Amino acid sequence: MNRPASRLPAIVEQHQKEVLTEWLSNQSASGASRAGRIQDAQLRDESQRFLGLFTKAIQEGIEFDTRSAQWAEVRDFLTELSRSRATQGFSPTQVATFVFSLKQALFKRVTETLKSDPAALANALWDATMVLDALGLYTTEVFQQAREQLIARQQEELIELSTPVVQLWDGVLALPLIGTLDSERTQVVMESLLERLVATGSSIAVIDITGVPTVDTLVAQHLLKTVAAAQLMGADCIISGIRPQIAQTIVHLGIDLSSVATKASLADAFALALKRRGLVVGRAATTPGG
Amino acid sequence: MDRIPILKLEDVLLVSIQVDMHDQLALTLQDDLTQKIVATRARAVLIDISALEMVDSFMGRMLGNIASMSRILDAQTVVVGMRPAVAITLVELGLSLPGIRTALNVDAGLVLMREVLARPDEPADGK
Repeated sequence: MNRPASRLPAIVEQHQKEVLTEWLSNQSASGASRAGRIQDAQLRDESQRFLGLFTKAIQEGIEFDTRSAQWAEVRDFLTELSRSRATQGFSPTQVATFVFSLKQALFKRVTETLKSDPAALANALWDATMVLDALGLYTTEVFQQAREQLIARQQEELIELSTPVVQLWDGVLALPLIGTLDSERTQVVMESLLERLVATGSSIAVIDITGVPTVDTLVAQHLLKTVAAAQLMGADCIISGIRPQIAQTIVHLGIDLSSVATKASLADAFALALKRRGLVVGRAATTPGG
Repeated sequence: MDRIPILKLEDVLLVSIQVDMHDQLALTLQDDLTQKIVATRARAVLIDISALEMVDSFMGRMLGNIASMSRILDAQTVVVGMRPAVAITLVELGLSLPGIRTALNVDAGLVLMREVLARPDEPADGK
């Protein structure tokens, strides 16, 4: 880049202390500590560290690309800061403002120092704006990434949580479904059921839909697919937990469930499963005095 | 050229598919199996596909065809050991193999077959 060397680094280094004091007073005036969510001492410490790292990085020359090695330390610091603020319930704006608010204090020093040289002043201000904007945006980016990771993990956990396959008896599995069935979940449910069928060598699976709020044609189609896949592998399915309203809906929609055994309650389905396995449940002979 | 071996165990023919099926192999199997059923007067065919990792619509149809041909020749077909991924694929392809009996493994397949053969004149698609 063919342009005069920026005077910004020198000014920052020279007036670091004044800039920090002013920055801190600006921050507390604008309520950056957000009603005591973080202590003044902590904010002070963070500001000092950031300004220190910023000063150090900028001495190596003006580099607008904050992804470069020069900014690595500043980036690490901001990543940590952004993540901790995110968990403390700050908004992205508040986190980015932490960086942007440095401008006011910095510009004041730069203006005072370069009063006599408008060209150099404009140059230095431009550099400061570019760099601080990039760093501020970086905090937002990290903030968003942290949120996205959280959401992805929760989504995964939700899918895992909501599809347990339990063994009721030797050769009898149960799949209590809770929540709405969409295509993605059906895929997960189907896979985990079929894998458990193979692993346990079970020949009967009870699919309990007590926790499924509504059954429409799509959900029914997903259910029937699961049943068909289990049948292909040599296992029979029983659908249980059909509530009265759902029975009515199924008939009104004209869904044909005649290829599957259906029972009103899980207990009935379990009894049928035991019967198909040739097992009988009976009352134990009463022992004397027992 | 490759062939899939067909083993005779008493009155059951056991076909174990251990290699990747390609179309020609499937057609050869269909030929061999029908001839073998007639030659040995077997009453049942057990097809073990536990090593089969991929199916396409052609393979699905072949399995269905083999079952129908066997039935015409008075032999029951049991497909055993289908993998979860294969089952899901077949369902997604809309091939639920009606009229074919299935079992989890060869053991369960033999038990099922004995049951079926013990019941005379059972309709083939009866559950």
